[in-house]
Amino acid sequence: MPGLEDLYREIILDHYRNPRNRGELPVPPAHRVEGFNPLCGDEVVIYLDVDGDKVTDLRIDGQGCSISQSSASMMSAAVKGKTVEEVRALTRAFKAMMSIHESALDGGDGELVEVDPDIKLGDLEALRGVVKFPVRIKCATLSWNTLAQGLDEAEVS
Amino acid sequence: MGLDVARIKKDFPLLQQQIDGHRLVYLDSAASSQKPQAVLDAMDEAYTTYFANVHRSVYKIAAESTERYEDARRKIATFINSPSPSNVVFSKNVTEAINLVAYSWGRANLHKGDVVVLTEMEHHANIVPWLMLEEERGIELRWLGLTDDYQLDLTDLDEKLDGAKLLSFTALSNVLGTITPIRELADAAHAAGALCLVDAAQYVPHIPTDVQALGCDFLGFTGHKMCGPTGIGVLWAREEILDAMPPFLGGGEMILDVRLDGWTPKEVPWKFEAGTPPIVEVIGLGAAVDYLTAVGMDNVRQHEIELTGYALHTLQKRFGDDITIHGPAGPGARGGVLSIAFRDVHPHDISQILDTEAVCVRAAHHCAKPLMRRLGVGATARASLYLYNDEADIDALADGLDHTATFFG
Repeated sequence: MPGLEDLYREIILDHYRNPRNRGELPVPPAHRVEGFNPLCGDEVVIYLDVDGDKVTDLRIDGQGCSISQSSASMMSAAVKGKTVEEVRALTRAFKAMMSIHESALDGGDGELVEVDPDIKLGDLEALRGVVKFPVRIKCATLSWNTLAQGLDEAEVS
Repeated sequence: MGLDVARIKKDFPLLQQQIDGHRLVYLDSAASSQKPQAVLDAMDEAYTTYFANVHRSVYKIAAESTERYEDARRKIATFINSPSPSNVVFSKNVTEAINLVAYSWGRANLHKGDVVVLTEMEHHANIVPWLMLEEERGIELRWLGLTDDYQLDLTDLDEKLDGAKLLSFTALSNVLGTITPIRELADAAHAAGALCLVDAAQYVPHIPTDVQALGCDFLGFTGHKMCGPTGIGVLWAREEILDAMPPFLGGGEMILDVRLDGWTPKEVPWKFEAGTPPIVEVIGLGAAVDYLTAVGMDNVRQHEIELTGYALHTLQKRFGDDITIHGPAGPGARGGVLSIAFRDVHPHDISQILDTEAVCVRAAHHCAKPLMRRLGVGATARASLYLYNDEADIDALADGLDHTATFFG
């Protein structure tokens, strides 16, 4: 049985206790997008400033467990200042780390998506241990799915 | 304590297990209860000795199957002091029982502008069917609020009931443990000319139930929370109401005659039981009722009052201001449902730590999101008690919370 230390890595607890980019941005110009985890009631709210093809700023609000909140915090640090294309590539890489399990949980065939091998996940690697706790994968991917939805909406508008 | 819990625990094979070297501590009976051997044996016996479809054939095992099936209905009727087995309609669970009322009685009796009164304490099962009717029919929903001591706010009850056709409410909150004043609410509903539906999912398994004394018109409960199998629940209703209601689902079993130009339904309760029913689950629920009756529902209730008192006292003594238990303070006025907020640790993380010690609690919104918003929390960690829990289970919960505090600093 995997131990708690596989799940609650020190860097995860640090992001949970000291969340980065916490707060709100004025809407508009920012886009506001919400995501819910129907399993546990966690919610994440992301405020996104997209200028041209660049995510110039973002803030995270909402409430949830250590995994969902630290994942959102790490995500905010990782995507701020990146181009939309880079953010989408990073999202694919992160979800690939998680998705074989998540898609299998949803009854999918769990096939891996195409990922650029040059993408470095950095601190986000710390969340890899979550895949040993399948129930918690949705906690880790909540903010990323919400971000993807926010980018889609920002591009349309 | 009145119950010999050590002996009762032995009746439940699943509770004999060790998980990762820890004794399994099951504190999630509000979600679903475990099953005693007697229920498993009854279902096994049905499948291995006399199983056949019911109400259809004359051969011996079909007659036996039908007899056992209807005998279970009689036992269940007796268990809740129903005037007759005909008032007992089998459904999948309480959710389906309430939906049956909403679709059948609701669509026959509720029209644009008609009022249904609910409470902020409800499970989604007693909210969503009515929200659906609101969208479809334009009925008006009114909501009884909550007081700060976790009771229903009845100060404006008469005003809310004015002109209402139905008052539908929980008998025992699955989040707070609050026991609502069922008789008082039923009387108020009737005085206003409304009918009264009681969601008794958390009540019937834990408290001696007399539907005639409660004075309600509809009452729903579910088998899997009362030592029975999943897939079987009950809608109890007054017979004249059931008689007047149109069928819910159409098909075999519920039908007396079918012509190319029309159909005639059976009488109640079969009118509401279309298709082959969950025969063995009904027999299993009958065995669960036998089991609970043998233990004695008064004893079950008394045990849970004592154990809830022990839990409230132990948790408050050990954790003081670090713990908040959302619900009424006195164990005699509440059920054994403990919704816990612990320091600033998220319930999901609490239950993850507890799981490493094989302590099973539910961390979620408990299908009561309006109530969680009212409490100002996203989720709680809920420990819920039943007849097979003892003080050692509560101590294991408290030890797990200690470890949670250490882990999250």
